[in-house]
Amino acid sequence: MKTMIPAWLGKPRLDPVLLILLVVIMGFGLLVLYSASGQDMAMVKRQAVRLGFGLLVMLGISQVPPRILRIWTPWLYAAGIALLLATWILGVGRGTQRWLDLGVLRFQPSEIMKLAVPMMVAWYLHHRVLPPAWKSVLVTLGILAVPAFLIARQPDLGTALLVAASGIFTLYLAGLRWRVLFGFVGLATAAAPVLWLVMKEYQRNRVRTFLNPEADPLGHGWNIIQSKVAVGSGGLTGKGWLNGTQSNLEFIPERHTDFILAVLSEEFGLVGVTLLLVAYMLLIGRGLYIASVARYTASRLLAGALSLTLFVYVLVNGAMVAGILPVVGVPLPLISYGGTSAVTLLAGFGMMMSIYGHRKFIR
Amino acid sequence: MIRRSSGRAIKDEQSEQRLFKRRAWSGFVLIALLLLVLLSRYVWLQIFAFDSFATRSESNRVSVRPIAPNRGIIYDRRGRIIAENRPAYRLEIVPENVPGKTEGLEALLDAVAGMIELNADHRKSFHQARRNYHVFKSIPVKFNLSEEEVARFVVNRHRFRGADVVPYLARHYPYGELLTHVLGYTGRLDADDIASVDEGNYRGTRTIGKIGIEQFREQDLHGTTGIEKVETNASGRVLNVLERQDAIPGVDLVLSIDVAVQRAAWDALGDRPGAVVAIDPVDGSVIAMVSKPAYDPNAFVHGIGQQAYREILNAPGRPLFNRALKGGYEPGSTLKPFVGLAGLELGLVTPSTRVFSNGEFYIEGYSRPYRDWKDRGHGSVDIKDALEQSVNTYFYQLAMDLGIDRMHQYLSQFGFGEVTGVDASGEGKGILPSRAWKRTAHEEPWYPGETVIAGIGQGFNVVTPIQLANAVAALVNGGQRFEPRLVHATKQAGDERAEPVKAPVAKQVPVENPDNWQVILDGMDRVVNGRRGTAKGISVDAPYRMAGKTGTAQVYQLAEDKDQVDTDVAKHLRDHALFVAFAPVEAPRIAVAVIVEHGGAGSTFASPVARATMDAWLDQEIGWRSQP
Repeated sequence: MKTMIPAWLGKPRLDPVLLILLVVIMGFGLLVLYSASGQDMAMVKRQAVRLGFGLLVMLGISQVPPRILRIWTPWLYAAGIALLLATWILGVGRGTQRWLDLGVLRFQPSEIMKLAVPMMVAWYLHHRVLPPAWKSVLVTLGILAVPAFLIARQPDLGTALLVAASGIFTLYLAGLRWRVLFGFVGLATAAAPVLWLVMKEYQRNRVRTFLNPEADPLGHGWNIIQSKVAVGSGGLTGKGWLNGTQSNLEFIPERHTDFILAVLSEEFGLVGVTLLLVAYMLLIGRGLYIASVARYTASRLLAGALSLTLFVYVLVNGAMVAGILPVVGVPLPLISYGGTSAVTLLAGFGMMMSIYGHRKFIR
Repeated sequence: MIRRSSGRAIKDEQSEQRLFKRRAWSGFVLIALLLLVLLSRYVWLQIFAFDSFATRSESNRVSVRPIAPNRGIIYDRRGRIIAENRPAYRLEIVPENVPGKTEGLEALLDAVAGMIELNADHRKSFHQARRNYHVFKSIPVKFNLSEEEVARFVVNRHRFRGADVVPYLARHYPYGELLTHVLGYTGRLDADDIASVDEGNYRGTRTIGKIGIEQFREQDLHGTTGIEKVETNASGRVLNVLERQDAIPGVDLVLSIDVAVQRAAWDALGDRPGAVVAIDPVDGSVIAMVSKPAYDPNAFVHGIGQQAYREILNAPGRPLFNRALKGGYEPGSTLKPFVGLAGLELGLVTPSTRVFSNGEFYIEGYSRPYRDWKDRGHGSVDIKDALEQSVNTYFYQLAMDLGIDRMHQYLSQFGFGEVTGVDASGEGKGILPSRAWKRTAHEEPWYPGETVIAGIGQGFNVVTPIQLANAVAALVNGGQRFEPRLVHATKQAGDERAEPVKAPVAKQVPVENPDNWQVILDGMDRVVNGRRGTAKGISVDAPYRMAGKTGTAQVYQLAEDKDQVDTDVAKHLRDHALFVAFAPVEAPRIAVAVIVEHGGAGSTFASPVARATMDAWLDQEIGWRSQP
C-alpha cells in the first residue's frame, strides 16, 4: 500500500475497518437505490459519483492532522454561521430557505454545521476542565443554540435537532452530570407545547398524522401507512431484490430518499434490516473505539460525538419509516439518495480516520 | 497541557480519559438498547403483523376488474343487422383521484366543460350518482362524446386528474323508429334493474334492455361477464394483467321480422296511427309488427334528457304506446269468419242455410232494431254471401242461436281474450265477453241485445292486432294455433350456424268437418274476389290470390290511459278501419291484421296496407314478381 501513495502525502491514515464498513453499507445502498429508483441506472451512477467524491473528501481530510483541524475549527464555525445568515437573506429553495446558490454550486449551509458544531464544542471544551463547570456548559449551549435556531427557522427541524444533538452528545461525552442531562430532557419535554406554537402548519400536520395516521389515510397519513405496509409485507426474508411491489408500484413516497429504508425492508425483509443495523452498530462502535484511544480531549470528544450523531440519523430515520416517529426530513445515512448529507458524513469519517491515524504521532 | 480553569481544578488527562471511556461505554450500551427497541418494532411489523400487511400490499397491487361482455347482435330474418354495438366514448370521473373533495370536483367539471360540453343535467346526474358509488369507482358523466370532444380532451388530459375518456360499445339501431316497437331499446342500468338481475354478472355492465326484445331476451343478449386481475400502481394505472377470464358475448338473435315487409307496412300506413301484424301461418313466425307512430330508440341509448322524454311522452298519437301488442280494438266484422265457423262446426247452420236480410233485425219481444249497413238489406244470403257482403243480420241471428257462452267458448280456442304468448312483454289480453266475465267485470247480468252485437264483433269485444293476426293464421292453418315468435333463431358466439327457434303450438282447434273451414275461407276469398266483395278491387294485378275480411270498429277507448285517448278521439270521431287477410289462398304463407285508427270503413285505408304488406312478403318468399 505504501508504494501506491506518493511520498509527499505521507503515511495513509485510512482506517481499514471503517473503510470496509462504509463501502459495504454504501454498496448495499446503491443496490437498493437501483430498485427504489425504478431501475434507473443513471440515478445510481449519479449517486455513485457523489459517494466517490465523498470518499475523496474523506481521504483528503484523513491526511490533515487533528491539530490543523482544531486550528481551523472556529473559522469553520464562523463561516457556517455567516452562511446561515446569508441564506436567511438570499436563500432559495422549495418554499424553504435551505439552499444557498453560489452559481456553480448549490448547497445547504446547515450541512456544514453538522460538523462545525461538534468541532466547535470539542474545541471549546478542549481547554476546559472536565466534567465541565456550569459556565462551560452555558457557553457550550450557546455554541449549539445559535446555529440550531438559524436552521430551525429555515425551517428544517430535522437538521436543527441533529445539530443540537451533536452538541449535546459532545457535552455528554465530556462528562456532563447525569442529573443535569436528565434536567435537559425534562426541560425539553416541558418545552414541547412551546415548540408546537413555533412549528409551521405542515410540521404540525406531520405530528398530527403521526399520532393518528388512519384519520386521513389518503392525505397526510398515506406516507406512513404505505411505508408500514411496505415494511410489514417484507416479512422475514423480503420479497426479493427488485420485487418490492409497494416501491415498484409507487405506493411508497420519497422512496429513493427519506423512505429508502421501506424499500430495503420490503425487498430484503427483517434479515436485511437486521444486517444493516448491525453494520451501523459496528460503525458506531468503531467510532467510539477510535475516540477512546485518541490522545487529545478535542479529538476524543469530536470522534465520539460524530459517532453518536450517526446513531441519531439511523434511529430517527428507522423509527420514521416504521411509523413510531413523525415524518421528519432525516435521511438514512450513506443510503438515501442525495449528495450533501453523504459528503458531510464522509467528511466526518475522514476526521475520525485522521484522529486514529495520527494518534501515535501526537504522543 | 495544564491550564488554569476559573480557579477550580487542574485538567487531569488520565481521569478525563477514564471519564470519557465510561461515557462512551454507557453511550454504546444505550445505543444498542435503543436500536434493539427499533429492531423489535421491525420484528413486530415484519413477523407478527406480516399477514395483515402482506394482504394490504396485495390488495394495493391487485384489483379485480369485470370485463363486460359484448351484447348479442340482432338480425332480421334476411340477415340484416337491426341492433348492433358501435364504438363510442364516454367521460368518466373517479372522485377518489380528484384532488380536493367537492370543490375539487366542481373545479374539475368546470375545467372539463371547456373541452366537453356539459349541461346542468350532466352535472346533476353525476352528483346524484356520486352518492351511490364508492369513491374509487368511476362514474360516467357524459356518454356518446363527439369526435371533437374526445380529441380536445385527450390533448389536455394531463390537466384533468381523475377524469378520463373511456371507449365503450353503444347500442345502435340502424332502422330507428321502424323497429322500435319490436326491438325496444337498452338504457342505463339503474338500481331497480340491478334488483332484477344477477348482480355479479352485471358488474361491468352499464346498460340493460328496457323494453321490447331487448328486455324480453335480456338474459341471452347480455352474455357472461369476464374477470381481469390487474396490477395497478399507486395512481391506479394498470401496469399488468395477471389473470384474465374472457367475457362470453351475448347470444345473437335472428328475428323473424323481415325489414322489407315491415317497411312496406310502415309506409303503407302513411301518417295515420295504427298497427300491422303479419304472421306466417306455417310456423307462427311474426313477419312484421308495426305500431305507428313510433320514436327513435337511439335517443334512449345514451340516456334521454328529461325534456326530450317529455316531448315523446306527450306527442300526438302517443308514440310510446305499442298498439300491435297492447292496443285494444273492437274487432267489428273481422270477427265474423270465426262466428260463422262456430255456427257451422257446432251444427247450428249448414253452408246452405239462408237468412233473409231486410235491413233490420229484432229480438223477439224487443222493439230495438239492429241494422245492416245497407239500408234495405242484402236479401236472402248464405254464409258465403254473408261474409262477402258482411251481412250483419246473418250473424245477429247466428249469435242469438249460439248464445254468448257458446260463442265465448268456441272463439276462445282461437286465442281471443287471452295473450297469444308472443315472445315480447306487455302484451294485452283483449276481451272475449261471456256471462261470467260480465258478472265479474261489470257486476251486471247479461242482456240478450249484447249477444246480438257480439255476433258482429261489437259491444264488449276487444282484440289486439297480434291476437287478430294469430287467429287468422290459425284459421287458415287448419286450426293449428302457434304462440307467435319474434325470435326466429339464436346464434351463440363462435357458432357457425344459427339454432332455429320453433314456435310452440298453443292450441289445436278441433276440426269437426274440414269442409266447414273451407266454406269460411271461400267466403273470405269472395270478400276480395267476389262481385259484391267489401274489399273488391284491392287485389288488382296481384299475381297471387288473396282473401280477407273488412271490419269497422266503433271508436273505443284504448286499454291504457283513458283520459288521454278520450280527448284525442273527441276530435276525430271517425271509426277505426280493420282488415284481416291471408294469401296465397291455395297455400297461405301470410296472415295479416291491419288497424288504421280513424280510418273509417275497413276497405278504404286498411285493406291497401294489407296488400302492400303481402306484396313485400310474397315477392321474396315465393318470388311471384318474377313468375309470368
